[in-house]
Amino acid sequence: MQYFRPTTLEDAVAHLRAHGPGVTILAGGTDLVVQIRAGLRAPEAVMDIKRIAPLSEITRTEEGGWRIGAAVSGAEISAHAGLCADWPGLVEGVGLIGSMQVQSRATPVGNLCNASPAADSVPAMIAAGATVYVLGPNGMRKIPVEEVAQGPGKTSLRAGELVTSVTLPRRAARSADAYLRFTPRAEMDIAVAGAAVNLTLDDSGRCTFARVALGAVAPKALLVPEAGAALVGTMLESDALRRMAAAVTAACAPIDDKRGTATYRTAIAPVLARRAVALAQTRAAA
Amino acid sequence: MKDDSQPADYRWVGKRLDRPDGADKVTGRARFGADIHLPGELVGKCLLSPHPHARILRIDTGKARALPGVKAVVTGADFPVLEDRPTPVADYAFNLWDQARTLMARDKVLFDGHPVAAVAATTEDVAQQALALIEVAYEILPHVTDLEAAMAPDAPLLHETMITTGVAPGPAAPSNIVARTMLERGNIDAGFEAADIVVEREFRSKPVHQGYIEPHACIASVAEDGRAELWTCTQGPWIDRAFCAGILGWEMSDLKVVATEIGGGFGGKLTVYDEPIALRLSQLTRKPVRMVMTRSEVLRRTGPTSGSLYRVRLGAKSDGTLVAADCEMILETGAFPGSPLGTARAIAFTHLDIPNLRLSSAEVVSNRPSVQAYRAPGGPITCYAQESVMDEMAEKLGISPFALIRKNAVREGTVSLAGFPLENLGLAQVLDAAEALEHLKTPLGPTQGRGIATSYWKNGGGQTSVSAILNEDGTVNVGIGTPDIGGLRASVSMMVAETMGVPYDKVTTTIADTSQLGFNSFTAGSRTAYAVGLAVVGASKDLIAQVCERAAKMWDLPPEAVDYADGMLRPAGPNAGAHDPVPLATIAAGFAKSGGPIMGKFTTDGPGAGPNFATHIADVEVDPETGGVTVLRYSIVVDVGRAIHPDYVEGQNQGGAAQGIGWALNEEYVYGADGRLQNTGFLDYRMPVAPDLPMIGCTLVEVPNPNHPFGVRGVGEVSIVPSVAAVANAVKDATGLRFFEIPMSPPRVLARIAGARAAKDPSLKPAFR
Repeated sequence: MQYFRPTTLEDAVAHLRAHGPGVTILAGGTDLVVQIRAGLRAPEAVMDIKRIAPLSEITRTEEGGWRIGAAVSGAEISAHAGLCADWPGLVEGVGLIGSMQVQSRATPVGNLCNASPAADSVPAMIAAGATVYVLGPNGMRKIPVEEVAQGPGKTSLRAGELVTSVTLPRRAARSADAYLRFTPRAEMDIAVAGAAVNLTLDDSGRCTFARVALGAVAPKALLVPEAGAALVGTMLESDALRRMAAAVTAACAPIDDKRGTATYRTAIAPVLARRAVALAQTRAAA
Repeated sequence: MKDDSQPADYRWVGKRLDRPDGADKVTGRARFGADIHLPGELVGKCLLSPHPHARILRIDTGKARALPGVKAVVTGADFPVLEDRPTPVADYAFNLWDQARTLMARDKVLFDGHPVAAVAATTEDVAQQALALIEVAYEILPHVTDLEAAMAPDAPLLHETMITTGVAPGPAAPSNIVARTMLERGNIDAGFEAADIVVEREFRSKPVHQGYIEPHACIASVAEDGRAELWTCTQGPWIDRAFCAGILGWEMSDLKVVATEIGGGFGGKLTVYDEPIALRLSQLTRKPVRMVMTRSEVLRRTGPTSGSLYRVRLGAKSDGTLVAADCEMILETGAFPGSPLGTARAIAFTHLDIPNLRLSSAEVVSNRPSVQAYRAPGGPITCYAQESVMDEMAEKLGISPFALIRKNAVREGTVSLAGFPLENLGLAQVLDAAEALEHLKTPLGPTQGRGIATSYWKNGGGQTSVSAILNEDGTVNVGIGTPDIGGLRASVSMMVAETMGVPYDKVTTTIADTSQLGFNSFTAGSRTAYAVGLAVVGASKDLIAQVCERAAKMWDLPPEAVDYADGMLRPAGPNAGAHDPVPLATIAAGFAKSGGPIMGKFTTDGPGAGPNFATHIADVEVDPETGGVTVLRYSIVVDVGRAIHPDYVEGQNQGGAAQGIGWALNEEYVYGADGRLQNTGFLDYRMPVAPDLPMIGCTLVEVPNPNHPFGVRGVGEVSIVPSVAAVANAVKDATGLRFFEIPMSPPRVLARIAGARAAKDPSLKPAFR
């Protein structure tokens, strides 16, 4: 196995061009190294992107949103005052990955590219309407975050492509997000189901914008437009929440596995979504 | 917490002193099983069966042997065939043939992960490549990984010729039922006829793993002349020696077993797995062979405790007098017999005076790893069934669980149905302390509940030998043969320091290897602080007698004319004041001129271990929409005889409760329809982590055991016994629903709530409707 550790994006692209699909990107390594050790993957080459300076930064975008570099760790996000203020739901998703030790290595972009349906940072990124910047042989392209994962372990990224950053849009007033997941254990566990909600209220408390995303109830994290639509224009009263919950239930297409049954996942996803709405509503109104 | 402000009877005993192993463990200096390396060592690895049940038709190791770097390959054929009968080892009898076949399959594989071959190679990579080159032809057989399915008449048979024992007349046909037993007193039918209220229930549990953090690890070195050394993380180096020598057909004096530091055992390290394999590979290669299990191997290959089916019937008069109990315990033992029926029988209803009592049991094999001991083997599942039924009976009688026990508490001086004397009991004191807890006054919310459970544990003594050396500077080295899992070295040093009247920091306790002491039974059965305590006090007294003799010689007095106290020797009685007092260190320094080195010893069979009782109180909150159960508060009240080192005693109790909470709520093996284990790591084998637990309060009640110089009762096991039941009773109190199956995992709890809601079950509490 070859190991590269470029310090510039140009070098990274050159390695990708030279080795093509044989190169696997290493950021935090909390998934990749475990998979290699377990014999699940045997990449020809591993390229560590942690020494590429711009990939390790959290910066403001020109639009007034945030850009999170592909090598930024979960712990750095949790410690970032601006992200905590604007995107508490995303920060709480990141803060649920593994343990504190894991979060100081693991990166949300890695979490995204590992394409686990249960990835804790992904539903909140989807609910946030995040955009993914992908550098490839033909330059940079942008895709909505929900289009990255295609199924367990599968992404829409092409050979030779590298995700460089994820951007979050500018925050409107009276907006907030929330992410809740269910695990039998408080920590060091994988979501049995997860729900992220991102919403904006007007001065009267009426919901003017909402996005709802789910984790661990389908082959990939899902955006559920019908669930968001059920909230927009309402005061988030119980009728609206019931319609939202019904849309969530309808979107669930989970499997039975060692972590939970399809029946159970489908039962708790709307509960989590409803609780996440309440949390986001409280935050937005504050 | 123990009230340390009480006037101290002792200088050291009962104090929270620094643990001697603490610094090494936090700095990483402590040497655990995988930390031992020897020059020229090879890596040993086992090839595991992917099938839960199959006949081994052929094993071709040719390609593996031909791989450069491979030094040896062994299969079952490289180990002796043993007689299929129990071999006596001290107080025990082990079927070494069963264990030999557990660690390396012979004709059949009996569980997913059953080893079929092993290699010794220069590196881990080569070893892994070699395993991939071993060709095994299997004839796949139907399998059964479920207790009740294994008892079905048409179940696949693990052992084709096994006839159930303990039934007369014996069955004609073989089955997976190993044995049945029955104990009875009084007249069970008459007892139930006389009852006004009868509660009858069934309870089910699944096998759970001990969950020790340190995977099994050993390194073996066999010399050209056949002398062998084995370092291993074990609870019992002498028992390991007996297993290894017996399985390999070696003489005991040829094998030295050295216990490394141990990262948890809980009963799971009372036996051997890779040790005989590493010895055989080392014998063949003449190189040290190191074998370290992965977590996946630990979960697939090593012993959980039994899953179970309990059928319990309890009868009472309307005044609360218990008149009859009938308890049938069916335990799942995995591939080979060895389930903890003896200890389960020993505790069932033992803290109660019930005139008509029947305890029947059965043991059933299935295609899972052979069970091994797990902290209070059989205790938590027995107590879960017993205390669930007691809880329901108290509810039907309209009295508190405490009142029901008090009315029926076992009387001092009786002998239990299983044959254990019940003397010097602390049950009443435990109940008094439990009922006085502030915890019981804490108000509960609409989705919260409180559970109470009380149980007995009999505790062990057993074979022990120790040494004590008086060094020439007056310090003391104590050698014991029982690995330190729960604070033994600190406790031993404290008991020696107290007995000898020397400072705690002048005593160093070391775990000796099998060539240095007589036989020692394992660190298990809550026996060590008790039996090793007896022995080291005996060895300390032996040292004192010897230094008195030396002083007597110096002063030309008879030895009985010398008094020893607080590290000083004085002429006593009519000779008092005849000579100046002499410190112990002076006698120690002068050993060469007073008769030679000064060394004490003591051996004992450890009689007189005292039983104890514990009450656990758990508060839980149940989420009506997810079925998630959160433990809010937890209190333990336990009779410990006397706490030598209260921190360790509390730690043992908190640890036991933590394991019980995991068992009650989430721990579960997930076997696929193919009979393969799916959750082979701690990520998905969900033991509780710190945030899952509240601070576990621990009230130590001290009713001294008169058979021990410091009054010790074992504490390692009683700590887990009532835990599962306390949590189950709390979930019942919160929801109104009694759970007859553990774990009470969120999907199971939610389904039960949904079912009760749909059926408009009136017992369902309003917050869940």
